Amino acid sequence: MARNESTIVALVRDRPGVLNRISSMFRRRNFNIVSLAVGQSETAGMSRMAFVVNGDDATVEQVIKQLRKLIDVADVHPITERAMISRELALIRVNSNATNRGEIQQIVDIYRANIVDVAPDSLIVEVTGDEDTVQSLKDLLSSFGITEMIRTGRVAMVRGMARNHEQRPLPGPM
Amino acid sequence: MMLTGGQIVCESLIQEGVEVIFGIPGGAILPLYQDLPDYPQLRHILMRHEQGAAHAADGYARATGRVGVAFGTSGPGATNLVTGIATAQMDSVPTVFITGQVARDAIGKDAFQETDVTGITLPITKHNYLVMNASEIAETIKEAFYVANTGRPGPVLVDIPKDVFVERCEFEYPDEVNLPNYHPPTGADPEMVRKAARLIQEAKKPLILAGHGIIISRAYAELMELAEKAQIPVITTLLGISSFPETHPLSVGMPGMHGMAHASLAIEEADLLIGLGMRFDDRITGDTRYFAPKAKVIHVEVDPSEIHKNVRATAPLVGDLKHVLEQLLPMVHPKSHEEWVQRIAELKIEHPLMRPKVTGELRPQHILQALSDATKGEALIVTGVGQHQMWAAQHYTFTKQNSWITSGGLGAMGFEVPAALGAQVGRPDATVWSVAGDGGFQMTMSELATLVENRIPVKFALFNNGFLGMVRQWQDIFYDKSYVSTYYTGNPDFVKLAHAYGIHGARVETQDEVVPAIKEAMAYPGPAIVDFRIAQEENVYPMIPAGGTIDQLMEEPV
Repeated sequence: MARNESTIVALVRDRPGVLNRISSMFRRRNFNIVSLAVGQSETAGMSRMAFVVNGDDATVEQVIKQLRKLIDVADVHPITERAMISRELALIRVNSNATNRGEIQQIVDIYRANIVDVAPDSLIVEVTGDEDTVQSLKDLLSSFGITEMIRTGRVAMVRGMARNHEQRPLPGPM
Repeated sequence: MMLTGGQIVCESLIQEGVEVIFGIPGGAILPLYQDLPDYPQLRHILMRHEQGAAHAADGYARATGRVGVAFGTSGPGATNLVTGIATAQMDSVPTVFITGQVARDAIGKDAFQETDVTGITLPITKHNYLVMNASEIAETIKEAFYVANTGRPGPVLVDIPKDVFVERCEFEYPDEVNLPNYHPPTGADPEMVRKAARLIQEAKKPLILAGHGIIISRAYAELMELAEKAQIPVITTLLGISSFPETHPLSVGMPGMHGMAHASLAIEEADLLIGLGMRFDDRITGDTRYFAPKAKVIHVEVDPSEIHKNVRATAPLVGDLKHVLEQLLPMVHPKSHEEWVQRIAELKIEHPLMRPKVTGELRPQHILQALSDATKGEALIVTGVGQHQMWAAQHYTFTKQNSWITSGGLGAMGFEVPAALGAQVGRPDATVWSVAGDGGFQMTMSELATLVENRIPVKFALFNNGFLGMVRQWQDIFYDKSYVSTYYTGNPDFVKLAHAYGIHGARVETQDEVVPAIKEAMAYPGPAIVDFRIAQEENVYPMIPAGGTIDQLMEEPV
């Protein structure tokens, strides 16, 4: 993971425009989002978002406080690398033919990735892992020619044994 | 009971205690307007421009501490509100804006007078809503008022499609809001309060920086007690003016770009800054790396995101200012700080507010001193933005709580006319003087008609130098006197303009005429304009250039 990147997880009300409110705040305050993943949470009517942001400690502190100011945002906390389980999923379309399909299969197996679609001149690889895993598989596959790739961005959770002391408080309840 | 959406809006506003609405009707909001006659408790003031409606609601809110309300129609009505909404956001003014929207099935079709006003106002509101069903209006308005007027106040916009105003549904006003994620802070962390008390106890050269928060949370008495108990001199920020009487021996004045030199120098020497309900704006700090180099900082703020944003706090206290000061005061020990208070008295003598040259020309500083004397420092002063604003901040001696209303953060010229209107509506018994520049005045002077129509007796002190004066000053100092596009050659005769509106107008060209003209305007029972033809190239001093440091302080050239 590159330095100066921080992971922040937020629970937000699932309302029209909520993503817009959040992305608008990031843009307006000149915060730099590396990735953003969003989906349903365990609570009905609430979504959970995971942000990876780029910036120094003061910037990350501001990001968290500005997120907390939004009326639709319920809970925001940073996750430190040490206490974090993080994953990203990628689909990668790679050029391939009958002669190199086996070679690709071997690489895919090492990464515990899957080939999920095969066509005469290409195949789609699905990989799940932390960003470094996804990145290094992508680098290896690029020698075959990658024609398309989509990545979800990081989703993250605090490890069970680290939960109590990792959700560090910031000044103020709001 | 079954009501239409428009009726529900009116009923909800009455439930919230609204008495006055500033606005302009139009197609999309017309169904709401047609319901207004059934609710005579709601006084509607028809403005001439929606920017005026927004600033008037803002002025009303600042003058009364209650939520200001403005209506506008869809499209241009809503976009015209934008400057006023942004002003309220920057200065934390509790306001609710209700806009009409095109009918639900027309949304997204680029219909006539359609704009995405919730999208446009997203970054300049505390929160906003698009209400798609009449059944959601009551709870939305309840929420809007609650959000606008709690925590750090701000503007909330509620956009309602035309057909929702006519949709019928059961009306019941909710008793409470359902906002599980919104918790305005009250008291601060007791441990941090103890730390702050310790810092105050240890300080040799403490300074209070009193901001808008004092006025918003009505913490005047607590500020006074803190200052007097521990003998701590009080600086007031631009929006903190009138939170502490300027006749008090501990009053130091305003710091920063055009603040008093002695106030800026006191910050330089202080060993403790106590920021109360303020946000260390760049106009105060200049280059933050060199700001208050010797000082530890206690920062009391209701908005946690202001803590450590511009200036690192030694003791951050997040909470409602009045509440936090009530926590802090019992822990503060009486002190005298004689040497420090004496040092500040010396700084005031060494660096006086400029003594304007006595020449044949009319000096703006003299006018403000005369206005201050004539009103005993008790008028409600409303200003626009620029030189006249800074002169008023410097030279009027404010003695009364919450008697200064100005566009601080956004710096919106044109604020002076409609905000004064709104302030006078909120405080009908006050003497309201709008201190205006000829530039800003001409941006919103169409609201003179609104003043006349509604018999709102605002007095205008027009500081007329025929220039966009502050911009000209920057051209003078930073651009070698190259006065590009700042000189007006076609200004109207403002006395004739007053007469055209059927109000009092007078021109003042010499110092001798100043006091009689002020008295004559105040004696007149309606709105009045005094056109002061001031020295055209007068500059505002002191001045610290933008992003600069105290070393670049320019005092009045001799």
